[in-house]
Amino acid sequence: MGLSHRAVPAAAVFAALPFLSPHQVLAHGFAGDRFFPATILTDDPFVADEMSLPTLTYGPPGSDGSRQLDLDVDIAKRLTPNLGIQLGGTWSRLKSPGLPGVTGLNGMSAELDYQLFTDAPHEATAMIGLAADFGHTGRVQALGASDFTTVSPLVDFGKGFGDLPDSVPYLKPIAVTGNFSLDFPTKDQSAGTPNPHNFNYGFAFEYSLEYLQHHVKDVGLTAPFDRMVPLVEVSFSTALDRGQGGQTVATIQPGVIWSGQYVQVGAEAIIPGTRLAGHGYGGVVQFHMYLDDIFPATLGRPLFGD
Amino acid sequence: MRLSLALLALAAVLTPATALAHAFLDHAVPAVGSTVPAPAELRVFFTEALEPAFSAVTVATEAGQPVQTGAAKVDPGNPNELVLPLPKLAAGTYKASWHVVSVDTHRTEGHFEFTVQP
Repeated sequence: MGLSHRAVPAAAVFAALPFLSPHQVLAHGFAGDRFFPATILTDDPFVADEMSLPTLTYGPPGSDGSRQLDLDVDIAKRLTPNLGIQLGGTWSRLKSPGLPGVTGLNGMSAELDYQLFTDAPHEATAMIGLAADFGHTGRVQALGASDFTTVSPLVDFGKGFGDLPDSVPYLKPIAVTGNFSLDFPTKDQSAGTPNPHNFNYGFAFEYSLEYLQHHVKDVGLTAPFDRMVPLVEVSFSTALDRGQGGQTVATIQPGVIWSGQYVQVGAEAIIPGTRLAGHGYGGVVQFHMYLDDIFPATLGRPLFGD
Repeated sequence: MRLSLALLALAAVLTPATALAHAFLDHAVPAVGSTVPAPAELRVFFTEALEPAFSAVTVATEAGQPVQTGAAKVDPGNPNELVLPLPKLAAGTYKASWHVVSVDTHRTEGHFEFTVQP
């Protein structure tokens, strides 16, 4: 993944970090009073030192009745306080009716992100990035992994509503994160099926019980409820061309995320929003680690510029 | 075998000597959003031990006028607690603003209000 060139200087930086003077480090998901948890379906609007291991997704049945189990591993690392990379990989098991299950790698991805701004008083943040899903990094014929690479410029944002008037205190825990991206596939078609440009957009609508309890009103919530964020995530991908213009795949995922000091755990139902997304229901659970809290002197710091 | 040794070495490098994290507000006295008789002090409790030199809390009136208080200090008996001596507060709503650095140098900040009853 091109990291070997960086191995020697990175090791030197890691070795030196514990001896550097302490700095004020503002890491994952904060914008003023607001803590944004790492969402599962939609991209997070911040660079961070975090790892999801694993994300287990049991998708809704496909149109042919097949079911797929995905195991995802994602790691995000800050290169500088505002520049980060993400690497991800998926292992899948596909079971079609009447056929033996098929397992194997189902693609790898990378993303380079830059934090545009964080506005503490307005609990707002935004990030731009460039994502790539690499072709031929999974079983193309057996699992349907891509035989082409897709490059996607993206914009992510987050906004908390703690700046609403005091007359509506119970709306202040609400926050919205969202992302917009455009897919540029590197092949026009694969095995006779067109690969269109896609416009992707998604949102996470959150109600932070942590914010309610600690920033609005002490309503007596105790652990684990005082660190929970009920949320609904929605994701849309609309084809723009190549004979598929207007076709939209939509997914709705209601669930809850619990954020601890070092890890977070999330669980969401998967509900297809359009026929193209399947039918029936699925589910996803995720175990997520805050590397900046677990390893504050080594892996949890930016490689440069901290 | 080689993979096992590599994983062991990686685990040894990554294992933190002391696990610390961002300091979140745990609770406060007066409680967040509460209405109380005029308190003599504000006590703010966090989920992590604080770095005294970089941790403070201030209080302002609803109009944003800073309240002249004593100095905020980390409680010597509880490194997770900030204590702010308060003057006699008139009835009204007050906004407490805190910013803290946990002992592993993570910085967090926050605000909450409490109301002093007539």
